[in-house]
Amino acid sequence: MKNKIYLSIIITFLIFCFVIFYNGLNNPNIYTPKINKKKNIPIFEAKDFSSGANIRSGKIFEKNTFYVVNIWASWCVPCREEHELLMKLSRNKNIKLIGLNYKDNFNNAKKFLNELGNPYSQILIDKNGLLSIEFGAYGVPETFVVNKKKTIIKKFIGPINEEILSQIEKIIK
Amino acid sequence: MRFFKIFLLIFLFTNVTSANVEIENNNLKSKILKNIRCLVCQGQSVYDSESEFSDSIKLLVKKQIVEGKSEEQIYEFLRDKYGDWIIYDPKLNKNTYILWLLPLLLFLLGGAIMINKLKFKK
Repeated sequence: MKNKIYLSIIITFLIFCFVIFYNGLNNPNIYTPKINKKKNIPIFEAKDFSSGANIRSGKIFEKNTFYVVNIWASWCVPCREEHELLMKLSRNKNIKLIGLNYKDNFNNAKKFLNELGNPYSQILIDKNGLLSIEFGAYGVPETFVVNKKKTIIKKFIGPINEEILSQIEKIIK
Repeated sequence: MRFFKIFLLIFLFTNVTSANVEIENNNLKSKILKNIRCLVCQGQSVYDSESEFSDSIKLLVKKQIVEGKSEEQIYEFLRDKYGDWIIYDPKLNKNTYILWLLPLLLFLLGGAIMINKLKFKK
């Protein structure tokens, strides 16, 4: 009788372990970032692209305004692809588009904007990538939507497309 | 002459101390970087990776060490930005209870079976 109890405990335990590991095997082992996690915008100080002056985040992000923060670089090919859509987005008067120029050469970045247009109301220089880390970014391009309460409500990893653009427009309506 | 000797001693002492601090900081930096997962590479730590992301993390860790932040404070900062996945050594929380407690449970179960068997033999 006692042996039967032990045996059933062991079998139950093994089934439990099997279920856990089987479920674990079904989970993807590639990292999938949480793109809908709400976070406050980081507090930072960055150099302004046009004036070269240091600006604090408190002065950049005002309450009651929607912001789209886009990380870009002139050397990044997908950034070139999404640029036309950013130009389109910049025509929307409900938002302000902030650009983070990621690990870029200043002259190349300027050439890039002269060639394709400047959709940003303000550009900040992220010379060593530390500012992007403050935003929890992985690389370029990456886009964050900041709501009127200065909270990051959505992030898009990779270049934006028409579908993402309509999602952003829906959020800021 | 005496003044010069004292000056030389102070100079050497401060140099040795700053060299020691630098070695300590470098060791801590390597330790932390080996425990951070490169999120844009497959199966590589930030220490091993040369991606843009890893380069920025390396710089950040160095900066935070110089600022006097502890190992745990640096991990906490990265967890806040990227989640638990970025650290190789998982923290005990509701998602990792099984991971931490399963080996202990197995050990206890094995021990109970062994004791039971020994008692049975006697």
